[in-house]
Amino acid sequence: MKLQRKNRLRAVTLGAVAVSGALVLTACGSDDNAGGGGDKGNAGAASKIKCAGEGQLLAAGSTAQKNAIDQWSKDYSAACSGVTINYQANGSGAGIEAFNSGKVSFAGSDSAMKPEEVAASKKICKGGQGVNLPMLGGPIAITYNVEGVDDLVLDADTLAKIFDGKITKWNDAAIKKLNPEAKLPGSKIQAFHRSDESGTTDNLTKYLQAAAPKSWKYEPDKKWPNQSGQAADGSSGVASQVKQTAGSISYVELSYATGNEIPTAKIDTGAGEPVEASTDNASKAIAAAKVTGKGNDLAMELDYTTKAASAYPITLLTYEIACDKGNKAETLKATKSFLAYAASEQGQSSLVKLGYAPLPAEVATKVRSTVNSLS
Amino acid sequence: MSTTTDTPVAPPPAPSESTSTGRVGDKVFSGLSRGAGILLLVIMAAIAVFLTVRAINAISENEGNFFTTFEWNANATPPSFGIAVLVFGTIVSSVIAMVIAVPVAVGIALFITHYAPRKLSGPIAYVIDLLAAVPSIVYGLWGALFLVPHLTGFYSWLNDYFGWTGFLEYQGGAPRSLMTVGILLAVMILPIITNVSREVFAQAPKMQEEAALALGATRWEVIRMAVIPFGRSGVISASMLGLGRALGETMAVATVLSPSAVLSAKILDPGGGTFAQNIASAFKEAGSFGRDALIASGLVLFVITLIVNGAARLIIARRKEYSGANA
Repeated sequence: MKLQRKNRLRAVTLGAVAVSGALVLTACGSDDNAGGGGDKGNAGAASKIKCAGEGQLLAAGSTAQKNAIDQWSKDYSAACSGVTINYQANGSGAGIEAFNSGKVSFAGSDSAMKPEEVAASKKICKGGQGVNLPMLGGPIAITYNVEGVDDLVLDADTLAKIFDGKITKWNDAAIKKLNPEAKLPGSKIQAFHRSDESGTTDNLTKYLQAAAPKSWKYEPDKKWPNQSGQAADGSSGVASQVKQTAGSISYVELSYATGNEIPTAKIDTGAGEPVEASTDNASKAIAAAKVTGKGNDLAMELDYTTKAASAYPITLLTYEIACDKGNKAETLKATKSFLAYAASEQGQSSLVKLGYAPLPAEVATKVRSTVNSLS
Repeated sequence: MSTTTDTPVAPPPAPSESTSTGRVGDKVFSGLSRGAGILLLVIMAAIAVFLTVRAINAISENEGNFFTTFEWNANATPPSFGIAVLVFGTIVSSVIAMVIAVPVAVGIALFITHYAPRKLSGPIAYVIDLLAAVPSIVYGLWGALFLVPHLTGFYSWLNDYFGWTGFLEYQGGAPRSLMTVGILLAVMILPIITNVSREVFAQAPKMQEEAALALGATRWEVIRMAVIPFGRSGVISASMLGLGRALGETMAVATVLSPSAVLSAKILDPGGGTFAQNIASAFKEAGSFGRDALIASGLVLFVITLIVNGAARLIIARRKEYSGANA
């Protein structure tokens, strides 16, 4: 017994050393996509943000927006000490549900509200209804890992065939035709998709359906529609698989591609030059989008087949959802003031370094005037 | 742990009023422990009721067959989902884990208790304990970033020599398959099986071991005749504890497996799914109905775990009859 005691003590110290060592190691291993400064420009921010209201502003929804809202909240709270913003990134669907049951002042969503969701919002918005306010966009990058190929060009039809398992080799004629210069290997294509339901998948499948209707027969959905290729959990899971698997291809928000240093494919939209996935080019695609919402509703429809010069078509547009009339009286002022800051030039310009695409000036102006009219 | 000895043990005094001395401390303590016992039953019943109510709600509107449908489309209209792939994946990955982990764990336990010098056995035991302290998401990351890329060669080898069996065929590509999940789970359940087995083997009656040695038995024979028969039921319950963890493991599986709605016996190829993994993947964007559907799958896992535990108890109870003769 005594002997064991002694050993135990020794082993415990040994264990403690090993555990702390492991902790240090894991701390280095996590990659932080939310990174990127943010302390810069705070002093300037303080002067321009119009503070109003006080207390806690509850919001919930899209995970794709989380980094942006976090950045805005940080800058906003630095200027307006009376308001704290609490954004719960629990998914677009959950955000709209929380909004429609009156739990949050506004919701973030990757897609505009469906008609039945608008109808449900009328109960909460007394005398009005929930409206979609476009707030930021982001390019969905096509990432790949092919040895010796740094400058891959693809088009919608080829992408659809790759993700549907119709094109299985990297040296397929269709890919060769788009990349006459590249040394394409004869290896198998490993297509990765998201295993969890995701707005990113929803937007990619919307694009494939609109831009390659002949090769993509599936309805757009948050859930990956076919059994082709492999699946991984979350954007970070997909990105890490692409990074370590030779011959792989997948789709992630741009920040995950740049964060993991994986190359992204250019898209041949038919506009002379193939278009690179960048925040600027995504903004150009949003500028080409049409507003389809009526009245205060600014729901937009992206033109996935756009041939506008350097407009990146695989773009995600996310919204904030609030009541046009009948917002909760106690948080109305804070909601308006925060959303106005988010849509302001300053709020939008802080997005670029996070990998998001700011709204084009024209759209931003509309959003600002709608935010002002909320009541 | 059953610690039966040769001498018949007097039946424990019945926990009746007669044992109480009537003092306050006695009454308070018996009340507290009884309360804890009842609380456990209440919690289990509450979980079962909650799961059942939500599950019935979901299953009643299911367009597919809950038991035979492969796809999990609970958020679609009309919803159609089934657990066939999940049952298969959960059981196959757990069985692989058990096949790998139990022999290794028993080996480690025997080494620690009967072979290793004292100086070594303590540290080894605590390194094993450390394995149990690693959070499952860390195992998942290790699995996805280290284990997966390093298994390609081994799987190709398996394919070359055992591919003819059919279920060990390997097509190439990132091996994020049920087999990989099984290997990862084996590492995760190793400590729990090792620890419990070690405790049991350490309690093997010294007298019998010495008697066997005196009869000229070798060390292996001592273990075979005196230690293993004594510890058998303990090892079984240890394995069941491990199996319980393997069945319910969530994050590590979700990180490593490439889920798909395909039911395939080729366990080296990516695809398949487990209950817990499916819940973790589908929960984030599920609506209220989708959540009920996931709860229905959770109920099935709950039932499977109950059956496994019940089976283990049956085995242990049967063994007890013999253990008097063996021990």
